[in-house]
Amino acid sequence: MSISAEKKMSLKLDNVSYIYESGTNMERKALENINLEISKGEFIGIIGHTGSGKSTLVTLLNGLISPSGGSIYWDGQDINDKSFDRKMLRSKVGLVFQYPEHQLFEADVFSDVCFGPKNLGLSADEVKERAYRAIKDVHLDDKYLKQSPFELSGGQKRRVAIAGVLAMGPEILVLDEPCAGLDPKGRNEILDLLSSLHENEGITVVLVSHSMEDVADHADRIVVMDKGHIVYDEAPKRVFGHVHELEEMGLSVPEVTYIMNDLADEGFAVSRDVTTIDEAVAEIKRLVER
Amino acid sequence: MMIRSSDLVFDYIKRDEEGNPCGSVRALDGVSLDVEKGQFIAVLGHNGSGKSTLAKHFNALLYPSGGTVYVGDMNTMDDSHLWDIRQTCGMVFQNPDNQIIGQVVEEDVGFGPENMGVPTEQIWERVEESLRIVGMEEYRNSSPNRLSGGQKQRVSIAGVIAMHPECIVFDEPTAMLDPSGRREVIRAARALNDVEKITIILITHYMDEVVFADRVFVMDGGSVVMDGSPREIFSRVDELEHLRLDVPQVTLLAHRLRKEGIELPEGILTRKEFIKELREYISRKENVTKA
Repeated sequence: MSISAEKKMSLKLDNVSYIYESGTNMERKALENINLEISKGEFIGIIGHTGSGKSTLVTLLNGLISPSGGSIYWDGQDINDKSFDRKMLRSKVGLVFQYPEHQLFEADVFSDVCFGPKNLGLSADEVKERAYRAIKDVHLDDKYLKQSPFELSGGQKRRVAIAGVLAMGPEILVLDEPCAGLDPKGRNEILDLLSSLHENEGITVVLVSHSMEDVADHADRIVVMDKGHIVYDEAPKRVFGHVHELEEMGLSVPEVTYIMNDLADEGFAVSRDVTTIDEAVAEIKRLVER
Repeated sequence: MMIRSSDLVFDYIKRDEEGNPCGSVRALDGVSLDVEKGQFIAVLGHNGSGKSTLAKHFNALLYPSGGTVYVGDMNTMDDSHLWDIRQTCGMVFQNPDNQIIGQVVEEDVGFGPENMGVPTEQIWERVEESLRIVGMEEYRNSSPNRLSGGQKQRVSIAGVIAMHPECIVFDEPTAMLDPSGRREVIRAARALNDVEKITIILITHYMDEVVFADRVFVMDGGSVVMDGSPREIFSRVDELEHLRLDVPQVTLLAHRLRKEGIELPEGILTRKEFIKELREYISRKENVTKA
């Protein structure tokens, strides 16, 4: 089936559900009635409590698992059609798992990054070219190329893992908590990298995160998951306007949003829909200088 | 005095493929610090700053290459005190999955006291008491595999409490947890300090977890580079940013406003404080305008 009205390069989930261990007494519904469309150039943040279905959702996006119900379309084509090229989809939708450095295995950094494109059946020159480019994109110094990936720091290892996915030439990069377990320095490196891939390379980014501040600072659209459903799918300002609802789901809003809410509650004439420090500085300056 | 390290130096020995030493890396370079009984201490620093290496000296998992470490009145170099030191100063690590060995929660918590030779009936008392302290008594008969990260970490903490330590070192206990798991673990650590009067040393890179500490040490390149109350530490935003540490958003906001000419004090730690100070600033400004 193909929907011709669909615009190019979009990934669309239509009424998707996913059930683990279906038909056994361990059966557990992980996702229900998911409708989501990802278009070119977006930076989407996905937030939700542990167990809300975030990770299941991202593994559906490149066809690693197939939905129990509903359909997923890539450029209007159903990815579960027999004629659909799944291998192509896996290179177009690059998935970076949690703790991706656990998947590094080659003897040196360069071979590890080459592994993905090599498996796409590209020529040796093309593989090398892509690997060099990906390594440049993640700002990894050339001096590490011949080193064992296991000798690098946590943040560097993670960048090697991301380079391996970038070398596949994805249009959408999906990352499941790419900053988990990193220190602030490593975290900033990864977030800056995502911003530059989005802005300079035009890559669509889907970022699953536990940090409200990180998604507020980077995403232009936030999807909130709770108990297998999409509860909100809006701009950051609107999502973080639902303070009480988010708290009931075990989530929160960025600290600056709390501050501005507190100020407004105390009678100060400030806007509540502030989600970044820059906005808060501007808003408070405006208040003070009136 | 709970812990005293004097001019502590530690070198990691690098080995080649045959296992022969081929150089060394200095991980700690002259660390001197005192921890008083009953204090809640935080040690901040990014990866590779030496904070975990320091922590491992506090219960004799590592021995100094130079200088000394005392736990109570025991020198950690003195092997005859090894088990006393490990019982006095317990340790909770980063990954809960690496610390849990029991098939059932109560069995896991009882493992420590059992190895210390505590009589059976007392083991059960300790297990019950420890699980109550961390709020996990209803999971007593559960399998640890079925618990969330935060719950597993609380079971690990109960296992340490059951050994009746005077001091517990938490080595990045929340690095692998989600926000609610982080809150559970930090709440448990604070309660151990407030209620049980256990000395706590919390190693972390999350700044928001150290706001309640009595004293904060910031490490970089194997040395203590900053030392003071949370307020003193958080007043030095530019230095913290230079060390690439994260400053709580409320502290950062106040700092940024100061740079814009809005004179709020440095080292604001809570939202409440921020609002109070901003209110005072605005009324000061209005008074000046009226006059």
